[in-house]
Formats: sequence, structure tokens, C-alpha cells
Amino acid sequence: MPTIGFALTVAVRFLREGRFQSLLIIVGVAVGVGVVTYISALIDGLQGNTIRRTLGTQAHIVVKQIEERAVPSLRAADSNIAREIQPRAQRTRSIDNWRAMMAEMQSTPNVVAATPIAAGAGLAVRGEASRSISLVGIELEGYDRIVALREKVVGGIARVAPGEAMIGLQLAQDLGVGLGERIVIRTGGEASDNYKIIGIFDLGSRELNRRQVYVSLKSAQSLLNIPGGVTNIYASVSDLFGARETAQRLKARTGYEIESWMESNAQLLSALNAQSISTGIIRGFTAIVVMLGIASVLVVSVVQKRKEIGILRAMGATRWQMTQVFLMQGAIVGLIGSVLGVLFAHLLILLFMTFARGGDGQPLFVIALQWQLSLKVAVIATICGVLAAATPARRAAQLDPAQAIRL
Amino acid sequence: MTAVADFARPPILELRALRKSYNIGTPIEAEVLHGIDLTISRGEFVALIGPSGSGKSTLLNVIGLLEPMTSGDYILAGQSVAALDDAALTLCRGNTLGFVFQFHHLLPAFTALENVLMPSLIRSGTFSASERARGLELLSRVGLREAANKKPGQLSGGMQQRVAIARALARNSPLVLADEPTGNLDTHSADEVFALMRQFNLEEGTTFLIVTHDPRLAARCDRIVELVDGQIRRPASWTGTDS
Ligand SMILES: Nc1ncnc2c1ncn2[C@@H]1O[C@H](COP(=O)(O)OP(=O)(O)OP(=O)(O)O)[C@@H](O)[C@H]1O
Ligand SMILES: [Mg+2]
Repeated sequence: MPTIGFALTVAVRFLREGRFQSLLIIVGVAVGVGVVTYISALIDGLQGNTIRRTLGTQAHIVVKQIEERAVPSLRAADSNIAREIQPRAQRTRSIDNWRAMMAEMQSTPNVVAATPIAAGAGLAVRGEASRSISLVGIELEGYDRIVALREKVVGGIARVAPGEAMIGLQLAQDLGVGLGERIVIRTGGEASDNYKIIGIFDLGSRELNRRQVYVSLKSAQSLLNIPGGVTNIYASVSDLFGARETAQRLKARTGYEIESWMESNAQLLSALNAQSISTGIIRGFTAIVVMLGIASVLVVSVVQKRKEIGILRAMGATRWQMTQVFLMQGAIVGLIGSVLGVLFAHLLILLFMTFARGGDGQPLFVIALQWQLSLKVAVIATICGVLAAATPARRAAQLDPAQAIRL
Repeated sequence: MTAVADFARPPILELRALRKSYNIGTPIEAEVLHGIDLTISRGEFVALIGPSGSGKSTLLNVIGLLEPMTSGDYILAGQSVAALDDAALTLCRGNTLGFVFQFHHLLPAFTALENVLMPSLIRSGTFSASERARGLELLSRVGLREAANKKPGQLSGGMQQRVAIARALARNSPLVLADEPTGNLDTHSADEVFALMRQFNLEEGTTFLIVTHDPRLAARCDRIVELVDGQIRRPASWTGTDS
């Protein structure tokens, strides 16, 4: 069986012989591949950045207390009395048996860490000033593993010992308090307590910096009047986009109200999805244009090389060998073009990182071109090259050697 | 000694009632070869002559398995080719036949040596060292050892035709078909090229079937086959060559 040595040798020579044509088509492939790779990396970077920002202050999976619903005593269809059912005012309730639930979560695949939360509405008061806050009682170690709170502390230290609280930049401003000073936290009118500001954080969002106040789990439990109870369990997962499934599996197994970040950020996700579809379309069309370019150049080449094809056939080259010669040319063009294209994409990314900087002089976001992506692009481009060469290759194979030689 | 056609030797090819038509099934269908009977023995050196349009190239293409015959029998090197498919024909062509064409059909992208080695490359996918040595030896024998690494564009017509002869012999093909190999050359180069083919015929026993319009060269062959209007005329002459 003849090896592909023949096809490779002849393909390389044919390409070298058709200098300008070959160069043109390789540059075409390189530009196409470069742009597609660049856009892919850019969008990946952009989306990664968006998700990272969004999830920087959110748990991937949240267990909530089941909401109490007002159940009508009469069936609505039977009567025309109470059609409208008013939702009941919720009081803070604890999750039943939350320690067992924590253990259950920690042994669930994909879940990396879980931590209990006691959260509720409250009021932060200092002198005349008061602000409504959302009070969050945490176990710092566990919470930090999920939200990386320590990284976000901009003043003081991260600690929630009894009698200590951490507040956001905006709230500190609004209340006019600094580190070491005291605020009063009030919940539901009855409970109130005095807290020393031990740390000030920046969660990257004004809204959160204005509202979020961290205290110890115990403090929150007593303020919210749920001794020993928790209102939520936060968990993080290793596969971000598997969070929905993990949450649903847990929900089905335990009956708790469980939500993943994918539900709570559904709009963001669908926006990202739309973006991915658009880049997919761009990629597809670029591939088509590049393939048409390769095909048209090779079709011309088959016509130009009729005589050579006839000679090779006369000397014993099979139809399949002639097919291989042209498929190989497509593959070579695709491969060389994609290697150059990936280098081109690297250059574009370098330019982006150098020139597209935010007000703080930092790059807008980090784009990295992973070698896996480069490899994938090269493989796909090579396959596209072979596919594009299919029609010219078939023509070359069908060429009648006697006709070709008579010319 | 006169090297007359020797019918004691086994035939390299036998044609019986061979017919060839073009454009079959169309209004312009035309039969070009009207029942050819021809036997050529191994080692023969045969001239094929005839007026323009008589079907010489067509006959050579059919013998060269480049075109199918329409009817008749064709036995090449002991094998009937009528029933072979394209792949088998290609294999048979590669193993049995060498070609020399009028317009020195060399591949311009390859050097003279690579052109000579091309049949081996087609067969094995590489230029092996022993094949390379044989290629260089063949080039030496056609007097082009120095031109081994030149591209065809750098060679004269006569030199290119000598390379083509070396190529036709590269795989020791028993039968070489040459369609007006000297038609494009000046008298001196034509004589050189012809002499080379004759030399290989005598030294290696390669069979040659040569289409020529040059009666001077035809007269130096073992046998002359004349084609007129698609039919073979009774053998015109039996000319021996001495020297
Ligand atoms: N592919 C083809 N289709 C149709 N007719 C053809 C084809 N090839 C050759 N012919 C016809 O067959 C006849 C013989 O042609 P051929 O080329 O074999 O002649 P020839 O003897 O080689 O002539 P010359 O000496 O001019 O080369 C001519 O009439 C030619 O027009
Ligand atoms: Mg002819």
C-alpha cells in the first residue's frame, strides 16, 4: 500500500510551485483563524470576568428556609369569597435540622464547601443616623472559603468575635463611623446590641457596601431570635456550570428550598448565552469564507496542474493518491495558516492588553489564550482545509489521464 | 547479426480485433480504431508510423491503459486487461509500462533526479537510497549525471527528453511507449534520444513501441507497423539494423 509520503511530497511541491497563490490563501486562513481565535479568547475573558465578578459576593448554591404560605381554607373554585390570597408577612425562621443538611451537602459531589448563615433585616444606628441593613451572621472561616471576604477587607481586620461587626465602605460613610467606633444594631424593635467596627470591606458594589453587615453567627442568632438556628446554608462548587444540576439534585433528595447562582442570575446567563451564540455565528461564517477561499484556489490549481496530474496517473498514481495530494494541500494550508493565525491572535491580545486599559491603568480585563484553544483551533482549521479540498481533490481524481496528456 | 522480430520470444502484448470509438452514445460517435490485430514480442523495438489522424496516439493510449478500448482483446504481459477496474489498471500500468511523450512531460516542480524517481515515489512513498542510486545511474547513462539536481526548466528539450527516457526505465518496466519522442527536437538531439532508446533496448531487453513521423528513424527499428485510417496495413518493410 503506498504511504502518504507521495501525497505529502507532491502536495508540498505543488504548493511551493504556486508561490503567490499559496501565500495568498495561507494569509487568508491566518487572518480568519487569528480573528476567530482573538474573538473567542476575548469573549471567554469577558464572560469569565463577568461571572467572576458576579460570583465574588455570592454563594454558588444557597439553601433557604421554606416560605410560609397562607393556605386558603376553602377551595377557590367552590366559592367566590377569597380569590386573592395575600402573602403572609414572613418572620425569620430557621432551617430545620440544618446541621444534618450541612453534612448532606458536604458529602455531595461537586460541592466544595458549605457554611451556615443567619441573615435578616435590621437597622444600624449611630447617634441620629440610622440605616437599614441586612445583617449577616457568619462563621468567618467557612464563609471566607465561599465568598473570599478576607480579600475584600480594605480597613481593619476580618474578624467577627462577639461584639464585633464588619461593615461596608458606604455604610461607614453614611453613618460617619470609623474603625474602633461603635454602632447599635437593632432588629424587629425588641433586640438591639452594641457593636465595635473591627473591619471595613469593599464588596465591589455600592449597594452591598451600603447594606451588608457581618457579625458572628451567634450574635445574629440572638438578634434575629432564632437561637441555634440558621436561615441559609451557602455552598460553593467546583464546576460552576454544574451548580444548577447539583442544586436540583439536592433539592429532590432533601425537599429543601435550594437555589443555584444560575437561577438567581438567569438574566445574566441568558445574556452570556446570546453572546456565545453570536460568536459561534461569527466563527461559523469565518470558517465558511476561509473554506471557500481554499476551495477556489485549489480548484484553479487542479486546472493548472491537469498535465502533471495526467503524467502522475500515467506513471502509476491511483485516483486515491491524486485525491490525497489535494486533500493534503488543504490540510497543509489549514495547518500553516492556523499556526500563523494563532500567533496573530497572540499579537492582537498583546495589543489589547497594552492599549485597552481602564481609568486605573489596569487592563480592562485579562484575556489569556490557552494552548488548548490554540490546539483546538489548529485541529479545526486543518480539518476545514481538508474538507475544503474535497471537491478539488475529487476533480483531480476524475481527470482522464489520456485527455490531460494530449493537451 | 540482424535483430529481426523474434517470434520465439513470448509476446509482451497481443491485440485482437481491438476497436476504439470516441463519444459513444452521442451523435458525434466515431470509431477511430477499426479492429487492430498486433503482437509485439519481448525485446522488440517497433516503430508505429502513419499519417496524421490515423489513430497512432489513440492506439498508444489504449495500449498504455490510459484509455479503455471499446471491444476486442488485449493481453498485456500475459494478463487480459479487459476486465480490470481502474485500480488494477493503474497498478498494471505502474508495473509494466513506461511513457515518453512528445512534449517532454516532466514535472516542473521536481528536479531531474526526482522526476526519474517519481515512479518509485508513487509506489513506495519515499526515495530510498537504492532507488536514488539507480536514478543517478540512469541519469549517468543518458549523460545527465550533472543535471541531476536541476529543474526541467533549466534543461534543453533534448535533455528533458533524455530525463523522460531515464524515468520510463526507472522501474525496469518491460514495455516503453513513446509518442513522437523526437518530434520536437532538432536532428542531432533526435538522433541522440533515439540512440539512447535503442541502447537500452539492446542492453536491458526493454521493449519499445515508438510513434514517429521520421522515416529515417523508423528505418532503424526492428519492425515498422503502419497505421492507416485506424487499421494496420500489411507490414511495409522488414528492415534490420546492423551496427
Ligand atoms: N478524445 C477524443 N475525442 C474524440 N475524438 C478523438 C479524441 N482523440 C482523438 N480523436 C480522433 O481520433 C483520430 C485519431 O487521432 P490520433 O490523435 O490518435 O491520431 P494520430 O495518428 O496520433 O495523429 P497525429 O500524427 O497528428 O498525432 C482523430 O480523428 C482524432 O480527431
Ligand atoms: Mg498523435
